[in-house]
Amino acid sequence: MFGFMVRRLLVAIPTVFLIITLAFFLMRSAPGSPFDLERPIPEAIKVRLAEKFHLDKPIAVQFGYYLKDLSRGDLGPSMKYKDKTVGNIIAEGFPVSATLGLSAMGLAVLIGSLLGGFAALKQNQAGDYAVMGIAMTGISIPPFVTGPVLALVFGLYLGWLPTAGLDRGQLTFTHLLLPVITLALPQIAIISRLMRASMIETLRSNYIRTAYAKGLPGYAVIVRHALRAAVLPLISYLGPATAALLTGSIVVEQIFALPGIGRQFVMGALQRDYTVVMGVVILYATLIIILNLIADLLYGVLDPKVRYD
Amino acid sequence: MTYFSKLAIGILAASVLVLSGCGGGKSTEDEGLTLHRGNSAEPLSLDPHQASGTWENNIIGDMFIGLFTENAAGEPIPGMAENWTTSEDGLTWTFTLRDAKWSDGVPVTANDFVYSFRRILNPETLAQYASLLFAIKNAEAVNSGKLPGDALGVRAIDDHTLEIKLEYPAPYLPGLLTHYTSMPVPAHVVKEKGNDWIKPENIQVNGPFKLVEWRTNDYVHSVKNPLFYDAANVCLNDVFYYPTVDNNSAERQVREGRLDLNTDFPGQKLEFLNKQLPGYVRIHPYLGTTYFSINTRTAPFNDKRVRNALGMALDRDFMTAEILKSGQIPAYSLVPPGVANYPKGASVKWAGLSLEERKAKAKALLMEAGFGPDHPLEFEYVYRNTGDNPRVAPAVQADWNDIAPWVHVTISGTETQILYADLRAGEFEVGDGGWIADYNDAQNFLYLMETKTGQMNYSRYSNPEYDELVERSNKELDMQKRAVLMRKAEQVMLDDMPIIPMWYVVNRALVNPKVTGWVDNVVNIHRTRYLCIDQDAHK
Repeated sequence: MFGFMVRRLLVAIPTVFLIITLAFFLMRSAPGSPFDLERPIPEAIKVRLAEKFHLDKPIAVQFGYYLKDLSRGDLGPSMKYKDKTVGNIIAEGFPVSATLGLSAMGLAVLIGSLLGGFAALKQNQAGDYAVMGIAMTGISIPPFVTGPVLALVFGLYLGWLPTAGLDRGQLTFTHLLLPVITLALPQIAIISRLMRASMIETLRSNYIRTAYAKGLPGYAVIVRHALRAAVLPLISYLGPATAALLTGSIVVEQIFALPGIGRQFVMGALQRDYTVVMGVVILYATLIIILNLIADLLYGVLDPKVRYD
Repeated sequence: MTYFSKLAIGILAASVLVLSGCGGGKSTEDEGLTLHRGNSAEPLSLDPHQASGTWENNIIGDMFIGLFTENAAGEPIPGMAENWTTSEDGLTWTFTLRDAKWSDGVPVTANDFVYSFRRILNPETLAQYASLLFAIKNAEAVNSGKLPGDALGVRAIDDHTLEIKLEYPAPYLPGLLTHYTSMPVPAHVVKEKGNDWIKPENIQVNGPFKLVEWRTNDYVHSVKNPLFYDAANVCLNDVFYYPTVDNNSAERQVREGRLDLNTDFPGQKLEFLNKQLPGYVRIHPYLGTTYFSINTRTAPFNDKRVRNALGMALDRDFMTAEILKSGQIPAYSLVPPGVANYPKGASVKWAGLSLEERKAKAKALLMEAGFGPDHPLEFEYVYRNTGDNPRVAPAVQADWNDIAPWVHVTISGTETQILYADLRAGEFEVGDGGWIADYNDAQNFLYLMETKTGQMNYSRYSNPEYDELVERSNKELDMQKRAVLMRKAEQVMLDDMPIIPMWYVVNRALVNPKVTGWVDNVVNIHRTRYLCIDQDAHK
C-alpha cells in the first residue's frame, strides 16, 4: 500500500505540472490584460508595470519565471491587489471556503446516504418516490435560488439567523448554517440518488441472498454487508466533489457575502489577475489529486477485492 | 462496529466540530457608535497613490485629508489648507497649512505634501491615476521619467507654507485637490516601511479614522483618530466597510439591520424597496453620463448625417422609465446637469422633437447619405454585459432597426474591461460606455472629446474648432466667460454627434433612517466623519 501511495504521488507531479502549464497558457490567451482599466494607465507606467510582472517578455520566458518562483513556494504578487500577495489572499480565503465545503459535504454525505439507503429499501414504494422526488427537486433548483430564499425566510421573515456575512471574521454555527445548507442541498440530492442505485444493485447480489439464507437479521445484512459494498461508487464521487466544495462556490459566497476563495477565483479570472487564478488552480489541482488518492485508499479499506500491487 | 458506521460517525463528528468549533469572538465596540457601511466592492489598495476606485476613495478619504476635503454635501472645503492665495495669472497657488498632526503625534508639514506629490508622480510608484495631476507644472514630464522629481512644481516654502505651480490656470483646483491623488502620506512612515506602510500595524493618518484591520473580501475596520484636527465633531467610534458585491445580498443585509447603509441597490426593486423600507431609498443625479461612442474613423460613420440619424432614433424615455427604472434622466448632452461652473448646458438640436418625427428625420438623413433598400446600413453595436446594459441593448437594436427595413444592427455583449480596451484601440463600430467625472467640473467631460486626448477619445473625434474652444476655456480665468466657451464647444461637438448621449447616471443608496448626516450629493461622496447614528430611532 505504501508503494502504491508513492507511485501515485509520483504520477501526480507531471499531472500538476500539466495543469499548471495548461492554465498558464489558457489564462494568457484570454483577451485583455490586468492593466486594461476603464481609465487607461499612462503608457510609461503601463510599460513599467508590464516589466515588473515580466509581461513584456515572450510568454515562454514568463512561464519560466513563474515556475522558478513556484519552485521556491512563492505564488507571486497579485497583479490587482497592490498590497497583497497571492499567498496572503489564499491564506485568508481558503479556511473560510474549506470550512464551508467540509461542513456541507459532511452534512450531504450523512443525509444523502441515509435517504438513499432508505429509498433503496423501500424501492418503488411511497417512501422511495418521496425521497427521489425531494432529490430531483434538490438537483433542479440551483443554489442561486435556494440561497436567497433561505436568507429571506430564515434571515428576514423569521429573524432566526443572519442573512449574510460572518461574525466579525468568526465562523460561527449560526452564520454558517444557511450557506452550508444551500451548498449541501444539491449534494444531498446527488448522493442519495447514487446511494439508492448502488444499494438496489447490491441488495440483489448473491452474497446478500446468502446472508439472508444463513438467517442473519435484516439489520446485520444491510449495515454490515450491503452498506459496505454499496458505498463504493459514492467514494469515487466524493473525491472530486469534495475538492470542488473545498475551493469554494462563487454563488454561495456571493449570496451570503462570505470572504472565501471561490469568489476570488472568479473575480481574478474576470480581472485577468493571472497570478491569483494560477494560485487557486494549483490549490484546486492538488486537492483533487490528494482527495482522489484518499478515495482510492478507502476503496482498499472497504472492498476486500481491491489490492494495491 | 463496522467500517461504515465508524466512517459515518467520523464524518458526523467532524461536521459538528467544524460547524460549532469556532464560535465565541464577540465584538467589544459600543454598537451604538459603530457604523456598518456597505461599500460595493473589495478595495485593491488603501494607499491613496495606488487606489483607483470610488469604493477605495470611501475608505481612504476617511483616513487622509488633502489640502482640500469635502463637506457633508460633497463640496470642496479647506482641509489641511487654512487659507491660500492665487497669483494674478492663476498659475501659482500658495497655501498656508493648519496646525495638524499625524496619528502618531508627528506634525503634518508642507514637506509631507511635497513628498507625496513627488511620490505619486514618480514613475517607480506605478500609480495608475497620476495623470489626474498633470495640471501641476512638469507633472507629466516627471511621471514619464523625462524630468527628475525635484523639477515638479510643488515646493515647501516653510513647514506651514506650500506652493503649487500649474501648467495652465485650473480654476477647479480646490475640487481637484480633494481627490485621493492629492492626499498626503506620512513621509516619515513611508520612508521607513516602504510599501508596507499601509499595513494596519504601520499606518499613520491625518484624517478622522485610522485603519485597524483589513480582511480580504470580508471587511475593512477603522477607528476614530483622536488626533484628527476636527475630532471633537466626529461622532462615530468605529466604522466597518463591507465589499457588498452582490446588490441583492446587500439589500437583505440592510433590511436585516446588519448594514446601516449600502451604496447601491438593485434598480429593478425600486418600487418594492420604497414600499418595504420607507425612508431608506436615496437617488440623486451623479456626475456621470452614459453615452455610445461612434467610431468616426470608419465609413459610414465618418458621415455626421449617419451619426445624427443613429442618435435621433433612440427612445431614451422608454429606456429610462421602463428598463432602468431608477431615476436616470434621458441625456441630450455630454455634460450632466448639476456640474459646477457650468450653469446652462448645451443640447442636441432635435431634443424637442417627438420620437416619430425623429425617426422620420433619421430615415431621411440616412437616405441622404446614400443608404436605402439597395444599400442597407449594417453595423455592430457592442455593449458591456454587466448591470442594466444587457437589458437595454435589445431596445437599442429595435429602435435602430425600426428606422427603415434596410437598417440591420447586430448586438454583442462583451466583458466591461475588454470592451473599454476595444474602444481605446478603436476596434469597434458603435460601442456602449460611460464616464463618471473624477472631479466636479465640466472640463473633466469636455476633455474626453479633444483630439489630443487620444485613446480615451473613443470616437477619435477631431474638430479643430472644438479643440480651440476647449483650449481657450482652459486658459480663461473669468468663470463666466469660461462657462460660455465650454458650452459653445460642447454645442459644436453635439452637432457633429461623435457620441450619442443616452442618460445621465444617478447614484443610488439604501440608508437606514437612523443614520444621520447623510446628504445626497452630485459627487456621491459621504465622509464618515459627518455621519452619526440616532440611537433612539429604533428603540
